Amino acid sequence: MPQLTETTAYGGGFSAPAQQAAQAFRAAMTALARPGTLQDIAGGSPPAGISPAAGGLLLTLCDPETGVYLAPDVDSPELRAWLAFHTGAPIVAADQADFALGSWAALMPVGQYRVGTSEYPDRSATLIVEMAQLIPATATLTGPGIKERAELRLPDVAACQANAKQFPLGVDFFFTCGGQLTALPRSTTILPKE
Amino acid sequence: MSDYNFAYLDEQTKRMIRRAILKGLAVPGYQVPFASREMPMPYGWGTGGVQVTAATLVPEDSLKVIDQGADDTTNAVSIRKFFERTAGVATTEETTKASVIQTRHRIPEAELSEDQILVYQVPIPEPLRFLEPRETETRKMHSLEEYGLMHVKLYEDISQHGDIATAYAYPVKVEERYVMDPSPIPKFDNPKLEMAAIQLFGAGREQRIYALPPYTRVVSLDFEDYPFEATKADYPCDLCAAEDSYLDEVILDDAGSRMFVCSDTDYCRSRRAEGHVGRLGEEAA
Repeated sequence: MPQLTETTAYGGGFSAPAQQAAQAFRAAMTALARPGTLQDIAGGSPPAGISPAAGGLLLTLCDPETGVYLAPDVDSPELRAWLAFHTGAPIVAADQADFALGSWAALMPVGQYRVGTSEYPDRSATLIVEMAQLIPATATLTGPGIKERAELRLPDVAACQANAKQFPLGVDFFFTCGGQLTALPRSTTILPKE
Repeated sequence: MSDYNFAYLDEQTKRMIRRAILKGLAVPGYQVPFASREMPMPYGWGTGGVQVTAATLVPEDSLKVIDQGADDTTNAVSIRKFFERTAGVATTEETTKASVIQTRHRIPEAELSEDQILVYQVPIPEPLRFLEPRETETRKMHSLEEYGLMHVKLYEDISQHGDIATAYAYPVKVEERYVMDPSPIPKFDNPKLEMAAIQLFGAGREQRIYALPPYTRVVSLDFEDYPFEATKADYPCDLCAAEDSYLDEVILDDAGSRMFVCSDTDYCRSRRAEGHVGRLGEEAA
């Protein structure tokens, strides 16, 4: 039997799927419920070039029911094989995606993703944005989940503001770097940091 | 531990519920449809809350379950045992020591902290359902923000009873967008909906999940000349003398004598432990 190492598509999943997925979800939920907070997420070891945080999100949230779009900068046979083995998620075009993964530049334009309908705003995409760093902050946030105000590093403040203007429609963002993540739901009001 | 998967549900079901919870948090007050599963308890016994709790629990959690504020009623005891057995998590009756609290129809009296999650069991998630039975119509009303009917209902309360007679499941507006059913909590609890904890709502039979992130603005619907009022029985607790807690009325005999006690058993117990004594209470030993 071939060894399940990090170098094959069969390695790099959760070693204790139920417990680790629960912990990863808790980190993702806390990040989304409290925009501006930095959460640790561990357990996933995706192929080279993908952060463990993004890998953990994919393992926790994706399965055969969710279409995943891989932006050109992360799309590779290794990642496709890893996703197929661990999640079974189909790879789809950007305008069909439930989840999209890539760097900000490669994921753009944000308008190509599903934002839901007025009757079903939940039928929208979630973008997992790979970042070089999650600090220092570039934007000031107010809204649900934030006591007074919070701060977050955003790759493009204007694009995120335009997304929030569509509320209750819009996409939601996870920003990942190494073993950490932050999140920005569509409900947050964003101001550039002075 | 047991032979069950951690927290009973299979992983694919948990992923589906977790995705719904994330959408609910992103659109506060909007009811996200989810594929509710059969649970080993009947609908109406908290299957929605149980599924949300199962998808949220981590092994390190300390779980508290209350039913109308009480830790020791059938529903609360059986759900607590269910998760002790299937998730192996610690359980507690103390509000301040719990990291996840599943509740049926009450918000604990003690203020919740940022580290806590409150999971509600919801029977009818749609606040407009008794006014408009068709799902296609209520969905359209939410999408168009057409909530006039709800104000007509509250107005009819005033014209018939002299004030807004709705005493529980009192409708609220979330972040000036969605009208939401806070589950059948007494309206006394409505002001507490703006809290530091994450609030998740699960309706199993109706297959809906919705959520309130911390500090979300939640306003009880009312009129300028008939403002919202959080009401309770106008007595102190007969066991702990608390004036600020929601009370249950208990009939004591056939002659009509009665007592009022805190519906939140943990709050009442901790107050008595601190030495507070009500009209019918006994000094702590």
